Amino acid sequence: MLNQYETVFIATPVLSEIQVKEMVKKFQGILQNNGGEIIHEEDWGLRRLAYPIQNKSTGFYYLIEFNAPGTLIEKLETEYRRDERVIRFLTFKMDKHAAAYSQKRKLNQSEKKEEVKNE
Amino acid sequence: MNNSSNEIRYLTPPSVEVKKKKYCRFKKSRIRYVDYKDAEFLKKFLNEQGKILPRRLTGTSLKFQRKVSQAVKRARHLALLPYVTDLLK
Repeated sequence: MLNQYETVFIATPVLSEIQVKEMVKKFQGILQNNGGEIIHEEDWGLRRLAYPIQNKSTGFYYLIEFNAPGTLIEKLETEYRRDERVIRFLTFKMDKHAAAYSQKRKLNQSEKKEEVKNE
Repeated sequence: MNNSSNEIRYLTPPSVEVKKKKYCRFKKSRIRYVDYKDAEFLKKFLNEQGKILPRRLTGTSLKFQRKVSQAVKRARHLALLPYVTDLLK
């Protein structure tokens, strides 16, 4: 049964841009070839952490929203634990209110992009 | 004897604080979901030390207070909000 999930992970700031891109591709690959289907992605880039994690004070945030069967989550999380570049992750099962909220968020985000473009 | 005991004179008149009718902002503005990624919004429910404000101060209903505290704890896990700090605002 396909549920809707949202996962956010933080990568160590030590990585270069290419490594971050490659890592994101790796997780996308895990999702796609295990029966998951990615709906939406957001790259928040390098952000300041509220408290130091593994005594680093910044991190690359990446958000992936996807539909997947429940069994995929176990695999995804073991991958996160195995990969030492990921310093923190959170997966979240979205109920209908959460899904509606993220729909609305995507709409006004795309509007913002259009405003920026035609300014 | 008892009239002097019941006739208590206050130095300053007891200022009865006008009771502002508290309302649950989620019910009023029809919000259904508290997003854990939205740190700015969650900060309204934290005090200066970053601790979650009790319902009697914010006036939120029980159902949404649980959602807010769940969202704040998730935000703290993702380092969007600090566990404890001195000057949050």
